[in-house]
Amino acid sequence: MMENDRQRMMRLGAIWLLLLAVPLWVPFVGGYMALGTRVLVLGLAAMSLNFLLGFTGVLSFGHAAYFGLGAYGTGLALKLLTNSTPLALVMGVLLGGVAGAVLGALIVRRRGVYFAMVTIAFGQVFYFIAYRWNTLTGGDDGLRGFERQPLDFGVGTIDILHKPILFYYFVLAMFGIGVGAMGLLLRSPFGRTLLAIRENERRARFLGIPVEQHIWLSFTLSCVFVSLAGGLNALLNNFADPTMLNYTQSGEIVMMAVLGGMRRFWGPLLGAAVFVVLQDYLSSLTTNWMSFLGAIFVLMVLFFPRGVLGMNWTEMFHSMRGSKAQRPGDTA
Amino acid sequence: MSDLILYNVTNGLIIGAFYVLMALGLSLILNLSGVINFAHGGFLALGGYFAYTIAPYVGFWAALLIAPILVALVGLVIERTLIYRLYGRDPLYSLLLTFGLAFIFEDLTRAIWGATGLPFTIPAFLSQPVSEHFFFVTRYRLFMVAVVTVAVGGLFLFLRFSRLGVRIRAGTFDLDTVSSLGVNVRALRSFNFALGIFLAGLAGVLAGGQLSLEPTMGASLLMPSFVAIIVGGVGSLPGTLLGGLLIGVAAGLTTVFWPSASEAVIYVMMAVVLLLRPRGLLGEEGLLS
Repeated sequence: MMENDRQRMMRLGAIWLLLLAVPLWVPFVGGYMALGTRVLVLGLAAMSLNFLLGFTGVLSFGHAAYFGLGAYGTGLALKLLTNSTPLALVMGVLLGGVAGAVLGALIVRRRGVYFAMVTIAFGQVFYFIAYRWNTLTGGDDGLRGFERQPLDFGVGTIDILHKPILFYYFVLAMFGIGVGAMGLLLRSPFGRTLLAIRENERRARFLGIPVEQHIWLSFTLSCVFVSLAGGLNALLNNFADPTMLNYTQSGEIVMMAVLGGMRRFWGPLLGAAVFVVLQDYLSSLTTNWMSFLGAIFVLMVLFFPRGVLGMNWTEMFHSMRGSKAQRPGDTA
Repeated sequence: MSDLILYNVTNGLIIGAFYVLMALGLSLILNLSGVINFAHGGFLALGGYFAYTIAPYVGFWAALLIAPILVALVGLVIERTLIYRLYGRDPLYSLLLTFGLAFIFEDLTRAIWGATGLPFTIPAFLSQPVSEHFFFVTRYRLFMVAVVTVAVGGLFLFLRFSRLGVRIRAGTFDLDTVSSLGVNVRALRSFNFALGIFLAGLAGVLAGGQLSLEPTMGASLLMPSFVAIIVGGVGSLPGTLLGGLLIGVAAGLTTVFWPSASEAVIYVMMAVVLLLRPRGLLGEEGLLS
């Protein structure tokens, strides 16, 4: 038990060291600062989705809607209401969170395929609103005319607008808050109850757990965190456009979570890193990057359904050497 | 005003007919295999492009039948090589797989036929308006509605009276029992998948004559089809039919009064249905949920 905890702390320390040191090592592996920031933002989005998918066992295929609402909320707040970047983020999170809470109440009784379908379809509402409400959102051209503002602490300011490295640390701080909150929630009795629901919903119900309420709360929290990621994305680009809310974006977020390993807390971050870097690389390499991305989806699902961190690599290695190779997808 | 309403209701019914063809195919596959086929829009576009390519050689009428069959064959190959592996697994995986396929479809159609819209020529006599007063009802539109009616009628008769159709319906409710009665479920699912894709291909050919051909033409019909299924009730094919027509007309009517809300209105309808009747208009409680 003690050993386990120590291992956990060491792993956590290593991950945070790696993230804190990104500005030092990212140029050496051919990356650039904005790419690193993008990985963090989408990593947070994928980890938020995974709060619901991996730890509650409920698949939402419409999280882009809340990601986008966070972005538009933050962007609009900066454009129309406030000069404070953190306050604008809070407003974006509120917008996404409230929308998630309301729609969550409508869909929480559905399960499985049905749940996924309803989340996809509802996600599209916000896409059409962003697409059509020209006067407010800029429609197809996207929301322009706002910039992240330097952080003002009274005694001095931190210029996150012109210094990408400072902005990276700002995003990392927000990422830390989001991920820290999710980690604490999952270790709380509430989080353990979510795991119980994931493992066996019927049994959880027989134990007197109000399953619907828990799923609703998990869905809402997940929307809150994904809105934070969306808000950060708007700040990163100083721009928000309707494709951020489209179901294609939802699919990509789900893919990141699965790619990294949805049963692992940090899996989605790794998935986001792989996905973002691959997309960046492929789109610079070929105009047909969509086919390659699609092919990666297909191969991933067929051969690595448990993701990079979910794989038992030593077993895989042995089975590849051994004569009776077992397909990785079949080892349940 | 009444003409305007009539015009938009007709429009809505025609768009609804597309939703119906698309949603019925999706429904068939969802009901029997539990797979949400994200690539359905890609298959639809493929139908249009196949017809465009073969029509100069075989003529419009033959293309109308041959193109959907070709698309169904493509669907059959994909089902037998990829999708069948995911039956019985978490629906997450079939969702992601078909999502990836949709990417590939869109990209390949763009690579082969180009990103710009292609015109698909329909026989001259079909493009005439029916009468001067109802100028908006071209013969092609009537023809489309007729084709959809025949296809949907045929499908329902097939499911009602043929042995295969009865098995498909039975499988929707209890596939294990169907299997233990000696039916080859694997083949049944393959056939059913191809049937669903055939309907998508047919919708693609018809849409090609109405709009122009674009790689994304199917993707924009995908979401309304989901809504049609949910409004009508998951698991019920008559429900899907009803749902498709309802949201088509609702979108058409909204165009008259508040054009920019015409896309969003169907989702509002869905919210209302889920609130008042969570299983959908004609859905069975507990199925697939």
